[in-house]
Amino acid sequence: MLEIKNVTKIFNGGTVNEKVALSDVSLTLEDGDFVTVIGGNGAGKSTILNMVAGVYPVDKGSIVIDGVDVTRLPEHKRAKYIGRVFQDPMMGTAADMWVEENLAIADRRGKTRGFKWAITKKDKAKYREELKELDLGLDTRMTTKMGLLSGGQRQAITLLMATLKRPKLLLLDEHTAALDPKTAAKVLEITDRLVKENSLTALMVTHNMKDAIAYGNRLIMMNAGKIILDVRGEEKKNLTIEALLEMFTKASGAEFASDRALLS
Amino acid sequence: MEFLTEFFGYLGGTAPSIAAQGMIWGIMAIGVFITFRILDIADLTVDGSIVTGAAVCIIAFQSGMNIWVAILLSTLAGMLCGLVTGLLHTALGIPPILAGILTQQSLWTVNLLLAGSSLSFTFFEQDLLPIVPLEERIGNTDLILLGFVAVVIAILYWFFGTELGASLRATGNNPNMSRAQGINTNFAKVLGLVISNGIVALSGALLVQYSNGYNINMGRGAIVIGLAAVVVGEAIVSKISSGFIPRLIGVVLGGVIYFLVYQLVLFFDIKAELLKMLSAAIIAIFLGAPYLKKRYGKKKAQKEVKSNA
Repeated sequence: MLEIKNVTKIFNGGTVNEKVALSDVSLTLEDGDFVTVIGGNGAGKSTILNMVAGVYPVDKGSIVIDGVDVTRLPEHKRAKYIGRVFQDPMMGTAADMWVEENLAIADRRGKTRGFKWAITKKDKAKYREELKELDLGLDTRMTTKMGLLSGGQRQAITLLMATLKRPKLLLLDEHTAALDPKTAAKVLEITDRLVKENSLTALMVTHNMKDAIAYGNRLIMMNAGKIILDVRGEEKKNLTIEALLEMFTKASGAEFASDRALLS
Repeated sequence: MEFLTEFFGYLGGTAPSIAAQGMIWGIMAIGVFITFRILDIADLTVDGSIVTGAAVCIIAFQSGMNIWVAILLSTLAGMLCGLVTGLLHTALGIPPILAGILTQQSLWTVNLLLAGSSLSFTFFEQDLLPIVPLEERIGNTDLILLGFVAVVIAILYWFFGTELGASLRATGNNPNMSRAQGINTNFAKVLGLVISNGIVALSGALLVQYSNGYNINMGRGAIVIGLAAVVVGEAIVSKISSGFIPRLIGVVLGGVIYFLVYQLVLFFDIKAELLKMLSAAIIAIFLGAPYLKKRYGKKKAQKEVKSNA
């Protein structure tokens, strides 16, 4: 479904601030893979997602989604294949537009936007049903401005927007990191349900090792712009945080550097 | 008493012209609203494109075209101005404010060339520009202009209700989210600037008919008048409704209020030159007040939290 082939990304190349964010990274996701990505700060987790989404161009290598080489496609054209949820709950929705208007925008992802009404009665009925399933009481707030909702509510709706038109690939960039633990758990639960119901292929970056182990069928660990660990199937199910930390030390030759990951 | 009679007599006498000029500049302010409020861009092209609209209208009409065709050509010329600013910004990566200034500067030359190198001129034939005639200003003119206002608002209401229009609103609101949802934000910005400057040039075409004269400097400070109309109009209407049509009506009302203040300035023999500074001050106050309120409000809230702890 997704093929990342030998991708390298260097920021501020040729200056004293040169930073190798990704170094010759290759990764192949099968159809239906739900991969969790962990690693310390600056390991390249978010960069790999941004490369796939087309936020900035790759320096070397190529990215293929479902047989289509998207390496040279701009961000908005790749959106046809990709649903995204960001770390910042403000980033995934338009704050001054209504809940239903946001959903309508997402419902046209990958289509040409013309002179048809942006939202129809049929759309509204559909969105109401979808919102009901989130079970957050949002189906009664369809004409509330997005900016008036809480971070958790906004992330839940962003998730819905990312999956409303079934994407070939779902990219989740630490989408629960800015939420309180209880809300984070709820949003993760919704994530898991949406991924399973739609049998989506997903990449989920997280700081939380427990979540990385609990969700998905495959786990990759990154360090200094490289993938240093790739665990799947039964082996992943039996992972513990201790075992992960040990593997990290062995694979990278250093102590795991993120305090946040240890604490959570 | 005598003063009041004189005052209201004066206001009554100038009311039709206040309404007419207010509506013409109100249409212009709707153009500013699209860039400033919907796209979140302060577009300075308008100081030039309003004059281009005026110049094209005169030239087209004097060359024997129907006045409606002349007005249409003005609008198209304004759209072209917006296209230039849009491409400077999106294709060349120039910051939008600077892109607007560059187009505005170039338009000064263009406008001068269009008008045959004369800085200003007046028409003497009464029926030269028949939609807003000089001799029948009172009554008819206001109705005609009201018609223009209604049509512009109706078209924009329709447009921003479509999928394409919604993509423009989303772009101004959150470009990151818009791209993630497959919206070409560069295209949306260019389209918004094109529509905005088309409306601004339309108001220029009406303005030149109303004032019965063309002046290369007639657009100087247009952006300030437009912004003043937008912020004043929004301040009035936001108390009643947040709907799109009420907001646009508010913007036109803002234009009318601007010319009401203008007439008061004239009545009290205050120098008209002061008005530009007054407009700038009004914008600064209306844009600055919510910001200060937010900051001050926050500090207060923090203090309360501290005192509770």
